[in-house]
Amino acid sequence: MIYAAILAGGKGTRMQNTDVPKQFLELDGKPIIIHTVEKFLMCNRFDRVYIGINPDWHSFCEDLVRKYIGDNDRMRIVVGGADRNGTIVNVLDAIESENGLNDDDIIVTHDAVRPFVTDRIIEENIDSAIKYGAVDTVIPATDTIVRSDDGAVIANIPDRSTLYQGQTPQSFNIKLLRECLDSLTEDEKNTLTDACKILVLKNRSVHLVAGEVLNFKITTVGDYQLATAMLKK
Amino acid sequence: MINYVYRLISPRVITVKYTNIDINCGRVIVRPKFMSICHADQRYFTGSRDAAVLRKKLPMALIHECMGEVVNDPSGTFRIGENVVLVPNQPGTPVEGVYANYLRDSRFLSSGNDGFMREFIDLPSDRVVSCEGVKPELAAVTEFISVAFHAASRFERAVQTNIGSVGIWGDGGLGYLVAMVLRYRLPKAKIYVIGMDEQKLSRFSFVDGTYLSHDLPSDFHVDHAFECCGGDGCYYAGRQIIDIINPQGTFMLMGVSEKEVPLNTRMVLERGLTLVGCSRSDRVDFENTVEFLRDSKVQNRISKIISEVCEINSIQDIYDAFAHDATNPFKTVLKWNI
Repeated sequence: MIYAAILAGGKGTRMQNTDVPKQFLELDGKPIIIHTVEKFLMCNRFDRVYIGINPDWHSFCEDLVRKYIGDNDRMRIVVGGADRNGTIVNVLDAIESENGLNDDDIIVTHDAVRPFVTDRIIEENIDSAIKYGAVDTVIPATDTIVRSDDGAVIANIPDRSTLYQGQTPQSFNIKLLRECLDSLTEDEKNTLTDACKILVLKNRSVHLVAGEVLNFKITTVGDYQLATAMLKK
Repeated sequence: MINYVYRLISPRVITVKYTNIDINCGRVIVRPKFMSICHADQRYFTGSRDAAVLRKKLPMALIHECMGEVVNDPSGTFRIGENVVLVPNQPGTPVEGVYANYLRDSRFLSSGNDGFMREFIDLPSDRVVSCEGVKPELAAVTEFISVAFHAASRFERAVQTNIGSVGIWGDGGLGYLVAMVLRYRLPKAKIYVIGMDEQKLSRFSFVDGTYLSHDLPSDFHVDHAFECCGGDGCYYAGRQIIDIINPQGTFMLMGVSEKEVPLNTRMVLERGLTLVGCSRSDRVDFENTVEFLRDSKVQNRISKIISEVCEINSIQDIYDAFAHDATNPFKTVLKWNI
């Protein structure tokens, strides 16, 4: 089976003078997370679309889904974990307890605050995850990346042609992801910033899918203003 | 849901406009799979329309020939995943006896309104027609064929004399399809195609004869005629048709010209001809076309006018496809992946 996991475990930071998590801010009259979930629901290859949500906002999220999407037998809402990977683990647990697990099951994980994801990116994630087992969505780095160990002087300027900026979705064969997750040491767990790193740490190949510059993450007021302006009629 | 709309903002420049689709709006949502470029799209793309027209109509998404897959249908008319073709004509207030494609307040997608170059397309369910059983890349040209079906219907209603023979002026894609549809609808009529290019005429294997326009036999006459040339060819074809057509024949005008075309009205009057202007199509023509396309022999013939399928994965691919189409005598089909 093919599953989507919309990751919305964050509690939110102050944006627009509000403590509402960013994924619930409205974009052209509709919460950002709803835009994102709708895009995944338009892909009929998904057997289920899960939302992993912070427990404090679980009921609120249920209300929004009821209001904007209505009854949809493919939708599930589960409580998120302490961090991003914790939320993925909770979604995996929910999948396993509802449907069991098959060797070829795929999960496509995506940030709730990337509503500009395209159907092309989603489809290529599914195809590549089936083919390769693990994929990351990236765009080529356009700015020069500078590494500094002390924040004061440059230690190194890596060759930009080999650098990419990571986006989401990140997609995996579920059994492969589980296997890598279960073998992580505590030290390794502390270094994780995203799900693909789980596989990289275990020396598993993660293939690349081309993202879009505008599949950006709405994290700052500037991002939100940009997203609002992009949808202006 | 945020939707990507690929709009022509000025000649040869396409940018993305982001729009918001409400998935519970009661409309069918379709993911486009294959599209086809029409001469009208090419004229907008290259800026060969009048500057005032471009100012009025752009920015706008091009393309009105498209097939796709249903991804959401609150009306329950279509199965999720069903292959469908899309009707670009959005009818205005009905008027008794007037076809929906000629109403003053009808809208046409890709002429002043966004066409089908979008990530997702939302339409009322009556603007969507199932095309199951038809190869998707061929279904992409349904709209183009439906114009021929519409013309055939109008011809059958307008014609006043015996349909012994029909001449089709134009050896391009439109002429090919009109010839195919007439062959299907009028199996007993003699069908002749008159063109400029011997190689293109050689593809018309199913008609009764083909002629180069400068080499017509002196005793050649037809009962009725279809002009399928467009552009400057409208004038030359029109002049020849009026000269050759039998008295009280029906002269179907189908080719689009940017310029006004002079007509020998003296001879139109003298021969008592009926001139019928014919453009676009509506739902019933799409239904007839899909039925026609379900025949594997027909699919085989239609495939002869599709020169290449261009994969579209980026805006640059769209530019390349239009450049290819500019030198392609027949139809360019796009596999729409974006």
